Amino acid sequence: MQTPFIQFKEVKKKFGSLAVLNGVNLSINKGEITVIIGKSGTGKSVLLKHIVGLVQEDSGQLLIQGEPLNQLPRKKALHFKKSMSYMFQDNALFDFLTVFDNIALPLVETSRVSPSVLKEKVHTRMSQLSIEGIDHKYPSELSGGMRKRVALARALVTNPEVILFDEPTAGLDPVRKKNVHNMIKEYQKKFGFTAVIVSHDIPEIFDLAQHIAFLDEGIIAFEGSKQDILHSDMKSVHGFIRGKDIRYE
Amino acid sequence: MYTRFIYTIGGIFAPPITSVGRFFSFFGAGVWQIFTTPFQAGKVLDHIWFIGAKSIFVILLTGLFTGMVLGLQGYYTLVTFGSEAALGGAVSLTLIRELGPVLTAIMITARAGSAMAAEIGVMRMSEQIDALLTMQINPIRFVFTPRILAAVLSFPLLTALFDVVGIFGGYLSGSLLLGMNEAVYMDKVIRSVNLADIWGGFLKSLVFALVVTTICCYRGYYSHLSQQGEFGAKGVSLATTRAVVQSCICILICDYIITFFLV
Repeated sequence: MQTPFIQFKEVKKKFGSLAVLNGVNLSINKGEITVIIGKSGTGKSVLLKHIVGLVQEDSGQLLIQGEPLNQLPRKKALHFKKSMSYMFQDNALFDFLTVFDNIALPLVETSRVSPSVLKEKVHTRMSQLSIEGIDHKYPSELSGGMRKRVALARALVTNPEVILFDEPTAGLDPVRKKNVHNMIKEYQKKFGFTAVIVSHDIPEIFDLAQHIAFLDEGIIAFEGSKQDILHSDMKSVHGFIRGKDIRYE
Repeated sequence: MYTRFIYTIGGIFAPPITSVGRFFSFFGAGVWQIFTTPFQAGKVLDHIWFIGAKSIFVILLTGLFTGMVLGLQGYYTLVTFGSEAALGGAVSLTLIRELGPVLTAIMITARAGSAMAAEIGVMRMSEQIDALLTMQINPIRFVFTPRILAAVLSFPLLTALFDVVGIFGGYLSGSLLLGMNEAVYMDKVIRSVNLADIWGGFLKSLVFALVVTTICCYRGYYSHLSQQGEFGAKGVSLATTRAVVQSCICILICDYIITFFLV
């Protein structure tokens, strides 16, 4: 059996007295799009932040290709972290930097590329995402959809192996939502990266997903494909994807 | 019973000790990054523009009026002893040794320090600092190191400007308004001030640069760790207020300590 690329094993996390993750078990395979769904405030973003190292687990293990992340040799751990990009829910663009500088930032700060190569890499991503000609604008001058695309361009500019998307379509209209979904699907196919997406766009997000995980009450209550989840007879899953709260049924 | 006692004592002392440790490791990490490549010359220049160049008008204005008030007060005090000739020396020494570095630092804290704390605080709240971490960019190097370098270069220059304009202000009120002999005023300025006074003033401004920048950046950077648990806009406003108040208090405490060793 293939070793999962990223694996959560009984991961628990508390913030003060509030238990957010109560023993999460989840496998993420290389080159796949994994979608994590669940009610707001159930810890989906916290789960994602564990992978990128922004949050540390209280107990349990996060395995990278079978090895615990916190026991990886420094060089290997750094290589793994460098191979990842994270797209934040609110984009986390730098207000004091122009669009060009925002997209170029990870390359400028972590590698030594010549100005001409830098320009070419940034402009390639900008044209792929249809945001050409806004190099000198600031994030505050852009629409919500444009900002999302700038954030996506920044996430893609380093050619990452793993991209973590935290609600990439929050606040977008249905047309833009579809565009972002198509974009992720298209680029995932093209570049072959591993994608982990936290989303509330049900059922549209299922068209993208190769693997779906439902986080409920701090555990992964369900894992499977689109067909599995649509035909699941689990009350909580059934209720969630149809927008019903079983407590009020 | 003993366990509870130790628990209570720990509960009281652990948070401030942790906070002091965090503060000094933040400072150490920021200073260490000054010596790592690539150097951030462009960012340092940007911050010199913000901390230094944009503070010039405020420094000119406060320096001028401080000097004028010193000239006015000094003249009427000295004239009662028949020693108004010492006005130039009194004004220049007061400014170069004490008021120049202290008031410059306080004015920069009010203008640029508060902005630093607020800007970094907003970066923290809007996950920009987290974004840096995910891009494997050292956030302390990115937000703090260029500012501390810019402050170390700007504070002494602004202090020098404050001193010169203040001495000119003393001349305006002492000689031009109250009719004291101009040559005597200037002669006393030149004769009273030693190089040691100027170095002492610069030493203070350098220490104030480190203190103000570290406190303001630290407060913004850790604005999410407020003990009262404020987050968002409230957290940023609280961080900014604390940064300004603590910077001003530390400026005065450091001023006393440095003066104690210099005199």
